[in-house]
Amino acid sequence: MGNKTQISIVVFVFLGLAIIPLVAQMTDTPFYLDLARRMMILSIGALSLNLIMGYGGLISFGHAAYIGVGAYTVGICAEHDLVSGFIQWPLAIILSGLFAVVFGAISLRTRGVYFIMITLALAQMMYFLGVSLDRYGGDDGLPLIERSSFEPLIDITNNIVLYYLIFFALLFSLFLSKRLVNSRFGMVLQGARSNETRMKAIGFPTFGYQLTAFVIAGMMAGFAGALLANHTDFINPDMMHWTRSGDLIIMVLLGGMGSLAGPVVGALAFLLLEELLSGVTEYWQLIFGPFLILAVLFARGGLLGFFSAKERENG
Amino acid sequence: MLKVTGLETTYGSSQVLFGISFSVDAGEVVTLMGRNGMGKTTTIRSVCGLVKAKKGSVVFEGKELLGQPAHKIAKSGIGLVPEGRQIFPNLTVRENLLATARNDASSKNPWVIDRVLEYFPAIAARINGMGNELSGGEQQMLAIGRALMTNPKLLILDEATEGLAPRIRKDIWNSLNDLKSEGQAILVIDKNLSALNQIADQHFIIEKGVTVWSGSPSDLSTQSDIHKRYLGV
Repeated sequence: MGNKTQISIVVFVFLGLAIIPLVAQMTDTPFYLDLARRMMILSIGALSLNLIMGYGGLISFGHAAYIGVGAYTVGICAEHDLVSGFIQWPLAIILSGLFAVVFGAISLRTRGVYFIMITLALAQMMYFLGVSLDRYGGDDGLPLIERSSFEPLIDITNNIVLYYLIFFALLFSLFLSKRLVNSRFGMVLQGARSNETRMKAIGFPTFGYQLTAFVIAGMMAGFAGALLANHTDFINPDMMHWTRSGDLIIMVLLGGMGSLAGPVVGALAFLLLEELLSGVTEYWQLIFGPFLILAVLFARGGLLGFFSAKERENG
Repeated sequence: MLKVTGLETTYGSSQVLFGISFSVDAGEVVTLMGRNGMGKTTTIRSVCGLVKAKKGSVVFEGKELLGQPAHKIAKSGIGLVPEGRQIFPNLTVRENLLATARNDASSKNPWVIDRVLEYFPAIAARINGMGNELSGGEQQMLAIGRALMTNPKLLILDEATEGLAPRIRKDIWNSLNDLKSEGQAILVIDKNLSALNQIADQHFIIEKGVTVWSGSPSDLSTQSDIHKRYLGV
């Protein structure tokens, strides 16, 4: 993690998340339970994007497509009376991975702005595919008939159970990211970000490493999609729209690109600000936009980096 | 070990190499010399697959390397310390070394991180520092250490002492001497003729993309016209 402040922030965030159901019950404010669930799910999505963007230098503008694939897999399975989460969720992860293989194999042949445009185009293709799926709600979306069933293990129709399932899923995603980043695989990925030619000259076929990272990130996002479908009980093509991918990029940048827990902090801050500012004005983006610009200009390492820098300044 | 014959390379429509030939035997230190812009780095880049050669042959340990991708050439046992060091700035010193560790040749006395740090104590003290926080000399030692961690059969150094303080240069030449005494085959590009003469078994001089002279350091020291004509000394 790097320093004490960062670790303290992350511990504080997770402790806070752990007690939210209790607080929500005591204060009779289920809304906060709902908000925190959404924050954690999008944190998983942002963590997955950070793997390729923060550590691999691959700015994907189509990452929300995998969230959509994961969500639609759950929705379509439920539509056909296949409600077992033991089948739905692995299927969502595998299908997202397969889409990521194809999209990665195409887009990773390009770099820079071309990579951004291709990922954007592929994700928009998925969005319009969702819009055209009349059998599954098309533009109107698809209500989830029944949440995924994990009987007899757990019952996620209970909102508290679903909350803690998402909480542990986020912890697991963070642990997985840490293991990946600190492995040799992660080092090669980071090395290729700064000098791809050099990494090839040392003996690493960087395309294979980047594609693998792309697929892992796609699968993690697909998992977030499966969670999101169960959280909202509704799936619609908007989940895959390019603006959703943009939101994920903002979360990563805001929290701290290339830092392990940065995307979690970024997702939490993004959704919290969205919630607070939208309560003040309908045009909340007018306030959020300048805030983001200031964050990017003055907190290069995102919010986590900003606090660590303060700690260093104070000795 | 390495035999390069009639190597020709072009950048777009302009030809840079017109027929480079040289060889390196096991345990030998060979130098490529010549004035700036004569094609030394392009030769190395062509051998390593970083630039696509148009014609010729690069045989390493009996296998043709020409046309192979760079990562396969590296895996066959060629470790390159490139011009400008090119260490990974966003990785720590330890990560720079660990990321590249490999022992494909199953060397009996392989280069592992502790051995590299023993060889270069200066970087041992900075083991957890980021690559971009090192001085030029430390970066150069890290670049050599990183190449050694791949346990190369042939180590190639492109201008390894360029821009370094004399004391650091001396350390690096001493390290290369030690490596030679351990039987490491080395191909060096450098401008420091006196240092090269002390370490080299064979010199090759390149002029305008062609190998124009080859011989031992003692041959070169007796032919002052070669100095004047090709090395500008």
